[in-house]
Amino acid sequence: MVDVAILLSVGRHPVSGRARRAPTDARALEMALGLPAVRRTALHAGDPASPALRDYLGMGLDRLTVLAMAHGCDPVEPLAAHLRSLSPGIVLTGNRAEGGEDSGMLPYRVAHTLGVAIVPDVVAITVEAGGGAAEVVQALARGQRRALRVALPFVATIHPAAPSARPSAFGPARRGRIDSVPVEAPPDAFLAACAARPWRDRPKRLTVGAPGSGGALDRLRAATEAKAGQGRLLVGPSPDEAALAIYECLQEQGVLPR
Amino acid sequence: MIAAALSTVTLAVLLVGLGLALVQARRWRAGRAAAVDLWAGLAALPGRYLVDVHAVVGRKPFNARFHALSAGGFLAALALLVLLALPPLRHPILWGLLAVALATMLAGGLMVGYRRRVLRPPELSGGRFSRLPLALTGFAAAFLLVAADQSAGGVLPVPVGLALVALGGWGLAELVFGVWKGPLKHAVHGALHLVAHPRPARFHDGAGRDSGLRPLELAAGDADSAPLGAGRVLDFAWNRLLGFDACVQCGRCESACPAFAAGLPLNPKALIQDLVASLDEGDDGRAYAGHRHPGHPAGAGASGPSLPLVGPRAAIHPDTLWSCTTCRACVQECPMMIEHVDAVIDLRRYQTLELGATPVKAAAVLEELRATDNPGGRDLARRLDWAVDLRLPVLADGGACDVLLWLGDGAYDLRNQRSLRALVLLLRRAGVDFAVLGADELDCGDVARRLGDEATFQDLARRNVALLNGRTFQRIVTADPHAFHCLRNEYPAFGGRWTVLHHTALLLELVRSGALPVTAPLARAVAYHDPCYLGRYNGETEAPRALLDAIGAERREMARSGLRSRCCGGGGGAPLTDVVGERRIPDQRMDDARASGAPTLAVACPTCTLMLEGVVEPRPAVAEIAELVLAATEPTP
Ligand code: SF4
Ligand code: SF4
Repeated sequence: MVDVAILLSVGRHPVSGRARRAPTDARALEMALGLPAVRRTALHAGDPASPALRDYLGMGLDRLTVLAMAHGCDPVEPLAAHLRSLSPGIVLTGNRAEGGEDSGMLPYRVAHTLGVAIVPDVVAITVEAGGGAAEVVQALARGQRRALRVALPFVATIHPAAPSARPSAFGPARRGRIDSVPVEAPPDAFLAACAARPWRDRPKRLTVGAPGSGGALDRLRAATEAKAGQGRLLVGPSPDEAALAIYECLQEQGVLPR
Repeated sequence: MIAAALSTVTLAVLLVGLGLALVQARRWRAGRAAAVDLWAGLAALPGRYLVDVHAVVGRKPFNARFHALSAGGFLAALALLVLLALPPLRHPILWGLLAVALATMLAGGLMVGYRRRVLRPPELSGGRFSRLPLALTGFAAAFLLVAADQSAGGVLPVPVGLALVALGGWGLAELVFGVWKGPLKHAVHGALHLVAHPRPARFHDGAGRDSGLRPLELAAGDADSAPLGAGRVLDFAWNRLLGFDACVQCGRCESACPAFAAGLPLNPKALIQDLVASLDEGDDGRAYAGHRHPGHPAGAGASGPSLPLVGPRAAIHPDTLWSCTTCRACVQECPMMIEHVDAVIDLRRYQTLELGATPVKAAAVLEELRATDNPGGRDLARRLDWAVDLRLPVLADGGACDVLLWLGDGAYDLRNQRSLRALVLLLRRAGVDFAVLGADELDCGDVARRLGDEATFQDLARRNVALLNGRTFQRIVTADPHAFHCLRNEYPAFGGRWTVLHHTALLLELVRSGALPVTAPLARAVAYHDPCYLGRYNGETEAPRALLDAIGAERREMARSGLRSRCCGGGGGAPLTDVVGERRIPDQRMDDARASGAPTLAVACPTCTLMLEGVVEPRPAVAEIAELVLAATEPTP
């Protein structure tokens, strides 16, 4: 049994720009819902009226506490202060938000302010019987995993490879309660100094086939065919490794969203 | 003496039957309230029975005949038996009439026996139903002898007469007590269901067709309000429960269901019976003696009026619920006018809106739909990417045109872009003044609604209605029957009333008016596959056929066609819920097409195009009707 706090932010859909639940934060909540928790406190710092917060309630949360602050303020201090008063055993959050600075620094700064350990890129957590420590599985590059044993309390950021979040249901979403707690937050000077503009993919240069043979079919082949010697060779991989390699490759090719 | 015994037995059995029917009624009266015009329903009952029910029953002429004989004879005999209970009326003529009625019924009963014992259609349920012919013939034959004897003045010895009364009484009891759980339940419940039917407009005295889903009331949002959709059986409206209770287990829905045929774990008859069994505490459904959901044994789950209906250990397995393509083939075939699709959607609404238990892939699509207004999560501004070279006129807010072309999600799909391109070229060729909505067009919400996500559907519907009402046009034309159905039948509830046409209707009009002269008649065999959402949902089976005839196709009908077409497997979000069966539904549909011998299968729906073209070769070529029309109306130099 543990006391869990989940930090939930408002995400942004990469195509429409519409506010939504942030994918990794939703995974963090999913993980929290699966832990044997004595108490689950869901926290958001920002606008309590944001409709996207209902997406989290729709996952089965009864209530969500919002530290109400103006747009453009730095949420680290208020979040840390609130967490200090709760003193949860585990703080879960996504490894990177969508919107704001997108630097992924917030969990580090919160952990630093609280003076507790941070475990980044977690995909699984098992709390030990006594409740004093947890087995944590961390995602590393190229599909590798590392098992850790971490003493409570700690902050964990959730990796996109963690189990996917359950769908948000309309009924519980509108029944759930949002408790708004007004807080003082300093303006985020760094964010204010940043200029934001829409991100554009760099146009990929197509390698056109040998000159002279330039039919449409050749160009298509040149653009889609895998060149020999490219890519990664896995010898006798486990099915999981193989699947992950394929998954990452598809992401690299832009076939699957990252 | 014998006459008195006959009357006593008859009246006693009828009274007990009435009592049983009343006790039965309490079960479904426990459902949710529903607005029902009982008087109008009662007045319409005979017409609905004689016209609508018999139109369905009459699709199997043998069944219609035995039904008319046995039911007609039985009702007449009951009326006469009640009259004969009054001693002054016991006249030989009345006895003679009774004998005629019973003889009619006996003939019907023998036909029922022939069907159940000799023909044995596999879709029929056994169990209590197997005793039906015995009861029918026993009752009719025994009472026939008594009636004949009485009209002749009573020559039989008294013990023989009493024995016959006893035998006939047993038959009558078997029939009448059948209102409890047995075969004859449908007589009482079926009639009441026709009276209190949740869709009175579907009968001939209404619009004749009523296929749009009813909007779910989403406004109230407090914690104590009733759940959204049906989670327990009592969450259904009472007249829906009455409808389930009217099921005679004839299995017509089972034979028509494409999911059942493909070995997916869904049998609409068993689904209705699961719901009926849930009405009773402690009914594990083992009394049901028909086919189960393929691959799912009987009695696997716990059921009861207050238990959850859907779950791996509940009355209905989630795979059963999510196998349905909402094709309405079951509704089309059901002689008891049961609305299976409404039931499926009510169950799905609860799963999606209250539990978030939509299957994974479908849930992901719904989330994208909410965030981007299209199920693929694409940028709306890119809906016209395929048509850059066509320079489609875009109808801005406040603008006007004659035909508004609704593109639908096919505009994002490589294959369907080809059919849309053909359609656009045809409109240009015919000089039609048309425009598209471009980046303003949102998904019509069909897939969300069929997956039970009523909230997302209503949001999309409201915004689409608002943006369409801000523009002026004569009519909307779309190549997507799902959008067609939404815009035409489901948007009126949200304030959208326009003339909506399927592109086949418009193309037919253009060919007939000479705007599209046929220059190169097709002159080859073409089989036409009716999309469920065009045929059964909208009754539109003629225009596509007339269009194919007009462009010189040698049209072949497949094994199931028109209003009884077999689904391609793509409706109702079924490709997203992805329940596995023994075969794939589109493969089976392609078998129908192969059997027709036609080298080309014409389709009229983007989903059908994808499902059927996804069938492995060798198979007939799949062509969208617009593509065939384009080829046949190529201008000659
Ligand atoms: S639901 Fe209708 S078609 Fe199906 S078995 Fe029952 S009565 Fe027959
Ligand atoms: S709607 Fe179609 S798939 Fe669903 S139960 Fe009825 S016949 Fe089967």
